[in-house]
Amino acid sequence: MTLNGAFWDGALRVSVPFTNGQPLTRLKAGSKVLLSGVVYTARDAAHKRIVEALDRGEKPPFELEGQVIYYAGPCPPPPGRVIGSLGPTTSGRMDAYAPRLCAAGLKGMIGKGKRSKVVVRAITKFGAVYFATIGGAGALLSQAVKKAEVVAYPDLGPEAVYRLEIADFPALVAIDPLGRDMYNRS
Amino acid sequence: MYIHAGEIEDLVRDLCIKAVTDLPGDVAVALLAASRRETSALGREILGALLKNAEFAKETRTPLCQDTGLTYVFLEIGRDVRIEGDIKEAVTRGVARGYTEGYLRKSVVRDPLFHRENTEDNTPPVIHIDIVPGSEVSVTVLPKGTGSENMSAVKMLTPSAGPQGVMDFVLETVRQGAPNACPPMVVGVGVGGMMDTASFLAKKALLRPVGDSNRDPEIASMEKKLLAAINNLGIGPGGFGGITTALAVHIETYPTHIGALPVAVNLQCHAARRASGILRGAERPCSQNQHSSR
Repeated sequence: MTLNGAFWDGALRVSVPFTNGQPLTRLKAGSKVLLSGVVYTARDAAHKRIVEALDRGEKPPFELEGQVIYYAGPCPPPPGRVIGSLGPTTSGRMDAYAPRLCAAGLKGMIGKGKRSKVVVRAITKFGAVYFATIGGAGALLSQAVKKAEVVAYPDLGPEAVYRLEIADFPALVAIDPLGRDMYNRS
Repeated sequence: MYIHAGEIEDLVRDLCIKAVTDLPGDVAVALLAASRRETSALGREILGALLKNAEFAKETRTPLCQDTGLTYVFLEIGRDVRIEGDIKEAVTRGVARGYTEGYLRKSVVRDPLFHRENTEDNTPPVIHIDIVPGSEVSVTVLPKGTGSENMSAVKMLTPSAGPQGVMDFVLETVRQGAPNACPPMVVGVGVGGMMDTASFLAKKALLRPVGDSNRDPEIASMEKKLLAAINNLGIGPGGFGGITTALAVHIETYPTHIGALPVAVNLQCHAARRASGILRGAERPCSQNQHSSR
């Protein structure tokens, strides 16, 4: 079983990270995308440490400029597999940290669920984008991960920062750089 | 009748792995039915992806969702059974083995407040024990992810709020929480008893096969009304719009105080994972040696 075929028909192919500095205006709320390239995972505990590092004037564990963070913590890989199940976690728990990271250069976030007004404002201010993917489909989504390695905070276990190489990872543009929000359709 | 704690450990281990890789048939059937009814094209695509996810998870024994949860273990112990060994230790060891040997995510921290360090084997589980008639032990494992758990809520209503007050609270909890809770959901509702009774009943309601109505016709009708109202919210699969926000509403009740009307809503995501097994007692005790040499 793969993610190919008719699945995610009509999706825009998008390369990540967004390091060429081009505006992300072609990404519009509601559009389907297939993401390929490199992203980093970070959840609650990793965010806390990254923000604490920034506050102390230290370098974050990976370059934030143009980068995309996937809010996720994987299951361990069984022998012979790249990674275990790996779907999105609830993005709202990272709302307290996201504006700080956007200010430091972060351009994309992948997760599931609503974001606060403060995050929507940070997204528009810094021209970032929030992608939502399919919560609870971790088995299927793990198929889009081609390579995975822990690059920071290994003591956090599933909350460690992983560098992931992804290919055709399905998502939706949930909040676009103009602040249009799929979760707030009214 | 005798049951060795080691048998309970083995069963809990197996049920942890089965629960997270094998979506219960009643949930899959409900998702399939919803995918035929759903009016949003994107909603249908999401529901299709969830069914594919379930097939792939079962074929490859990959967890349906990476959040393999905090493990809730319900035990019903027949009153004619004598357990050889420590049952809570056996359940805890079973969970540790299931999560380690099954390559499941370990998502438990020892101390919720100051030292949020991972216990590294997903223990301790939450264990609930009931004594029932008979000579069997029935075990149900409910691994509960936090996406839906965090969106759950309890409210101490008072009697004047009545059934309408309960319905309003359920609907408001779903409206606020559903987009984050991986819809389409199963909505567990507990009403009555005290604060903790209502919460427990809401969790227990999630064990009912999806779509099974409460036996009380008035409560069954309330479940139907609530399901219709929830699916009218337009939140839809994944929260991206549509008519499938919940697959079922299950209400459980208990007698309560003359001045009380506690209500709890426990949301369950579409990966409504649970697995059960039964152990039958043996006539003679089995020694520790016999068990470990199996």
